[in-house]
Parts: sequence; structure tokens; C-alpha cells
Amino acid sequence: MLRFFLSRVLVLIPTFIGVSIVAFAFIRLLPGDPVALMAGERVMDPERHAQIMAQLGYDRPLIVQYLDYLFGLFTGDFGTSIVTKRGVAGEFFTLFPATLELSFCAIVIAVAIGVPAGVFAAVKRGSWFDQITMGAALVGYSMPIFWWGLLLIILFSGTLGWTPVSGRISLLYYFPQVTGFMLIDSLLSGQEGAFTSALSHLILPSVVLATIPLAVIARQTRSAMLEVLGEDYVRTARAKGLSRFRVVGVHALRNAMIPVITTIGLQVGVLMAGAILTETIFSWPGIGKWMVDSVFRRDYPVVQGGLLLIALVIMIVNLVVDVLYGVINPRVRAR
Amino acid sequence: MRLISRLLAATALTLAFGTAAASAKTLVYCSEGSPEGFDPALYTAGTTFDASSRAVYNRLVEFKHGSTEIEPGLAESWEVSEDGTEYTFKLRPDVKFQTTDFFTPTRALNADDVIYSFERQLSGDNAWNQYVPGASWEYFNGMGFPDLIKSIEKVDDLTVKFTLNRPEAPFLADLAMDFASIMSKEYADQLEANGNMEQLNQQPLGTGPFQFVAYQPDAVIRYKAHPDYWAGKQPIDDLVFAITSDASVRAQKLLANECQIMPYPNAADVASMKDNDALNVLEQEGLNVAYMAYNTTQAPFDKVEVRKALNMAINKEAIIDAVFQGAAVPAKNPIPPTMWSYNDAIKDDPYDPEAAKKMLEEAGVTDLSMKIWAMPVSRPYMLNARRAAELMQADLQKIGVNSEVVSYEWGEYLDKSKAKDRDGAVMLGWTGDNGDPDNFLDTLLGCDAVGGNNRAQWCNEEFDALVSKAKEISDQGERAKLYEQAQEVFKREAPWLTIDHSTVVMPMQKSVQNFVQDPLGYHRFDGVDLAE
Repeated sequence: MLRFFLSRVLVLIPTFIGVSIVAFAFIRLLPGDPVALMAGERVMDPERHAQIMAQLGYDRPLIVQYLDYLFGLFTGDFGTSIVTKRGVAGEFFTLFPATLELSFCAIVIAVAIGVPAGVFAAVKRGSWFDQITMGAALVGYSMPIFWWGLLLIILFSGTLGWTPVSGRISLLYYFPQVTGFMLIDSLLSGQEGAFTSALSHLILPSVVLATIPLAVIARQTRSAMLEVLGEDYVRTARAKGLSRFRVVGVHALRNAMIPVITTIGLQVGVLMAGAILTETIFSWPGIGKWMVDSVFRRDYPVVQGGLLLIALVIMIVNLVVDVLYGVINPRVRAR
Repeated sequence: MRLISRLLAATALTLAFGTAAASAKTLVYCSEGSPEGFDPALYTAGTTFDASSRAVYNRLVEFKHGSTEIEPGLAESWEVSEDGTEYTFKLRPDVKFQTTDFFTPTRALNADDVIYSFERQLSGDNAWNQYVPGASWEYFNGMGFPDLIKSIEKVDDLTVKFTLNRPEAPFLADLAMDFASIMSKEYADQLEANGNMEQLNQQPLGTGPFQFVAYQPDAVIRYKAHPDYWAGKQPIDDLVFAITSDASVRAQKLLANECQIMPYPNAADVASMKDNDALNVLEQEGLNVAYMAYNTTQAPFDKVEVRKALNMAINKEAIIDAVFQGAAVPAKNPIPPTMWSYNDAIKDDPYDPEAAKKMLEEAGVTDLSMKIWAMPVSRPYMLNARRAAELMQADLQKIGVNSEVVSYEWGEYLDKSKAKDRDGAVMLGWTGDNGDPDNFLDTLLGCDAVGGNNRAQWCNEEFDALVSKAKEISDQGERAKLYEQAQEVFKREAPWLTIDHSTVVMPMQKSVQNFVQDPLGYHRFDGVDLAE
């Protein structure tokens, strides 16, 4: 198991370097530069433009800039934002808990509803439940997130007044962030009603962010279950007279879960992408919106550093998924 | 250990705010974006100024609430020398800096603070000149201060003298701009001694109406009223900026009273907001202009008749209806009507396709093809340039002119459109910085700006002489006359199609009282009250 784990970790190193090159090159391939964009309609004198680019070190050859950046990474320095003048890693870790909290709730919703719905749809294949679930999953998968978010806000916050419109907690509550996770911090604050407020603020954004992963997970679970339910060993289990619950819930589901876990792991990347829109609609102070703003401002260090940190998170999640395979399916770790 | 100390701090804060929150008057403003930082001299965005300079700081002189006129700020009076090169400011005595949990001032405002606030931008040798990487002091440089300022001297503790290299009439207006905010030298010295200089851009401290409490990036900025503010404590106790970048969501938050006031509503939402009994919707013409600049150095656009004919072919009203849903007025001059010296006697070229067609024929221009440059981004003066360009294209088609709409990525657009040999007419616009006509007329149309801000590449000696002369006189009445004449020359020569001046709309809950719209586009909350 340890060998399996180490081999997976070793693969991360070239991936990390590859991502660093892509992140470095990506933002520089876009036309425009941060200094010119800062000036906007006001034309900047070309000499001053060159002077500021030099102050920021962007007049050096690209390879020197890259090596400098790589060296910084190995010493834990992700650079400083050109715009906010704050450290990139510091900004990331201030905003990341918000994204993590939202993504975690979304994935919990997606799994908690998606897996049982998929299993049930497979067991009742061809029934009205199957038809409706898979129809809904198709709609959910193709849902334009921005429109969907606004629709829910207008219905639940505007018309019905059940949920708050946006933000992480009511502005009446003010306490310093201890962990960065609002649900935990609101409990720690001891302020009456703070936790309920934080929870009510989480509902709509989590549902919106969960929509696409939920649809994918439900469909994947259904097809994996259908495949497994047709296997000989399931027929054998049934023939042995095991209860239906045991056959489906224990024998079939365990094997069906392997592709489903892969899918769930892959959804982390989808969540990060979905977070960009969800965070914008719900004024959720996470890394999605931060990255988009930085791309528009050509804030090179933030885009480079932010992409790398996000990639790192996805790589770690994938590593965990790989290890989980090993736990579920011993054949994987034996290989 | 660290967690325990944070928990203790959290408990202390909870107790402190828990009791205060119940009775405090809190105004929540749904702001449109995050400030880039809190040192206004480092930035150029209005969002940053609202959160920093207008809330926390003051300047020597200020823009009068709701106008572009200058009134005393931290300087209670000033004298200008005969030749217009020496400005001596008398500072207001006993102006207190804010006391916060990160700094306790020991003295009132004095001349050292003023000198520090400018020296850090002026002198490359100043320790604060590069206190953050790539500090470009954009406005200080953009307004030409490095060449303009000869010296800044302390005459006594409450008197500062600025000596200029040449007379410059807009100088006072420039000093009311955000980059000229007065910082505390004492606070700066403390940060420098602690090796924590970048904090100046994260925890601002000034003399202004509100003091900074906390900022949660991309989420909330909290301020409270400065209890010792020199002009008196504000009617509200707490001011909160709830950062909400999507306009539809801001509208929903306003309707749910999660915030009481919001900027920049969607044009499509304005009508329903006006019908809502719980809301007040204020409107004001913005200090801006959208234009399409012909390249006046390229044939056939070097001919006045051709430019005039094209201007007459385009239906501005239709553009305003389609793009702004009426929330704009057609522009006839390069400066907006709210600006002093606006020449209202000027007649706009009428929309008359027949006459335009004839004029083109008379100019000997047939089979004209041209490019229309449309910005890829939405700006306050032009919400949808692509749509506007398509309407223009259709209008031009009617007089037999074929046009092609082109666009580039924003940075590239700004860069390429400056080129002297650029092909095509460029759509762009401007929002005033300091309320001075010079900031439009000379900046955008002066001969010095050719190849830069002067996208029409238009250098007219008569026009240039008028605006240059107006810059050197300090009497506003005389300056206004020169600018009025300059506008006549502009209209006669037509280097631009002047498109519109957009209307700034501010919806708010009826409980918000005394909010005054600012022609410069600031969102100021000094003087604002909330009805119980």
C-alpha cells in the first residue's frame, strides 16, 4: 500500500511542473499587459510603461522570469499580486475556505441525492421514477448555472423570502475569522442566530453548485449499477436467497462505486469551474471570482499562483481517490 | 496557542460588537466590486476610491457635494500668487486623525502630513515611493504633477506652499482628486519603523468621515463614523459595503432590504424599480461622453464635409433607446452638460440621411467603405458598443456607406486605437476626473495628445490655442468663454461623432435620506442618514 501511495505521489511532481509551465504561459499568451490595463482609457506614456514593467521584472527574458517564478515556488513564495499588492498564497488561503465550504456542501448534496437516485433508477429500470430522474439529470447537466442561480434567488429570496439573497452570513453578525469556514466560525462566535444565518446563506449556492455534479453522479451511478446488476455473481447472490437490499446495497453497489468514485473525484475539477459562476452570483468570496478578476486584470502572479494552487488541490483530491480505489478494490493496489 | 488567542479575540470582539450592534444605525451599500487596495494614490478605479479616499480620507480642497466646484477641505483657505505659480494653503487647526485598534495618533494634522502625502509620489528617493512593488502613482503622473511641481514647502505647522513650474488653472481641481488624499505621516512613520509598510494599503487611516474597521476580501468592508471628525460626526454609526458584483443580485438585495442603496442597476430593471413604492430612484447625467473618433489624418476622413455627413447619417436617439433604454442623452459637445462652460447654444448636426447622402456626393466621395471599432467591454458611457456599432452600420448603409465592425481584446483595443495611421473610426469615451473642462478638451483633443488620448489624431491650431490659453488663466469666467469658443470650433470641424452622455441611476430604499448624487461618479456617504 505504501509503495502504491509513493508511486502516486511521485507522479505528482512532473504534473506540478507541467502545470506551472502552462499557468505561466497561459496568462502571457493573452494580449494586453497588467500595466496598460491599469491605466484604462488614460493613455500611459510608453517610457513610463516600460519603466513600470521593468520595476515588476517583466522586461526580462521569459525563461528568466519562469525560472525566477519556479525558484520562488520551491521556497514557498507564490509572488505578490500586481493589483492588490498582497501575497498570492495569503490571498488564496483567505479565500479558499469559502470555496471549500461551498464545494464540500455541494458535493455532499450531489452524492447524498445522486447516488441513491442512480441506484434506485437502475433497480427500477424503465419505470416512471427512472424516466423522471434521468430526464431531470439531463436537464440539470445542461443547466446554464448563471440563469439557474438567478432564478432560484428570484423565487426563494425575492418572491418567497425564505432564503437570503447573497453573501455568507447576515451583516449584523461580525466576528473575526478563526478557521475561515463560516459554519464553524459562527458556532465559535457564540452569537445567537449566527449559525442559522450562515447555514441559510449556504443553501442556495450549494444547490446551484451541486446541480451539475448531481446530474453526472446520478447518471454514472445508474449505468454502473446496471452493468453490475447483470453480472453473474449478482445472479448467484440472488439465487442464494439474499435479501434484495443486501444484493443491491452490499454486493452490487460496492463494485458499482469504483467508476462512481472516479466520477466524484473528477467533479472536484467541475466544482472549481462551477464555483466561478456560483460565487459571482451569490457574492461568495471564494477563489473562483478572484481568479476571473485576476485574468481580466492580467494580474500575472495571481493567475500563475492561483492556477497552481487550484491544480494542487485537484491533484491531492485525485490522489485521495486513487488511494480510495485501493481500499475498495484490492486488485488496484496489487498491480 | 495561536488558535486559543484567536478564539479569545473573537470572544472579546463579539462582546464589544454584540452590545453595540443593537442600537447602532447601520447603512449597507451594495458595492459593485472589491477595492484594489486602500491607498487611493496607487489606483484609478472609482470602486477603490469609494472605499478608500471618499470614506476614510480628506484632501486640501474638496468637491462640493453633488457638484464639481471646489470648496475648502483640510485647507481652510488658500492664496494664489499673481503669476499663478505659487499656491499657499492654510490648514484647518485641530483636525484629528482617526483612532483605531491598529493606530492611535498623538497629534493633529499638520504640514508634515501634507508634504509626506505628495513627496512619496513625487520623489523616487522617498522610502515610500516603491513601498509596494510596481507603485506607478498613476494619477499623479497622469495629471502631469512630476513636471508641474517645483517644490512643496512647510512655511509653518499649518501653512504649506506649492510652487509650480508654470501656471496651471486646473491645479486646485486636481488637488481635490483622490490621489491627493492626505495621509498621516505619524502612522506612516510607525509602519516604516515596524517594517510593515504595505499595511498602509490594507489598513487605511485618515481624517475623513468614516474610519476603517475591517475588510474581508471580496465580501464586506466595515467602517464606523469617525467620532472626532472635523466637520462633525456622521448621522449614521456604521457603514458597510456588501460587495455584490452582479447587478441583478444587487437589485434583489436592495428589494429584500439586505442593503439600502446600490449603484449601477441593469438598464432593464430601472423601470420596475421606479414603480416600487419602497424605493427612491435618483438620476443624474454622468460626467462622461461616448464618442466615435474618425482618423482625421486619413482620406477621406480628413475632409470636414465627409465627417459631418457621417455624423448626420447616424441616429443617436435610436442608439440610446436600444443600448440604454433611454437612460442617456444625445451628446452634441465633447463635454457633458453638467460641466461648467458647456456651450448650450451649439446646434447639433441633425439626423438627416438624405442631406448626408447629398453632402457625401458633393464632397466627391462614392463607394465609401470604413471600419467601425467597437469596444469589447461595457463602460458607463457605452453599455454595449457592439450593438451601437451595428446600429451605426445599418444607418451608414442607408447613405451607401459600407462599414465593417471590428473589435479587439480591451488592452489591445486601447493600444491599437492610438496609432496615427489607424484604419477606421474608433468608439470610445471618457469619464471626467476632476470636473475641469481641460480634462476633456485638452486631454482628448489637444495637439499634444495626438498618438495618445487624441484618437481622432486631430490637431487644430485654433482649438489648441484656445484650450492652451484657458489653462493659464485662473479666472473661471474668462476660461469658460474660451472653452465655449473651443466647443464651437469642435462642432464646426467634427473630429468626432459625439454619441451620448449616460445617466447615472442610484436606486435606494426610501429610508435613505440626504444621499446626493455626485457628478464625478463617486459614492459618498458623508451626510447620509437613515430614517428610523
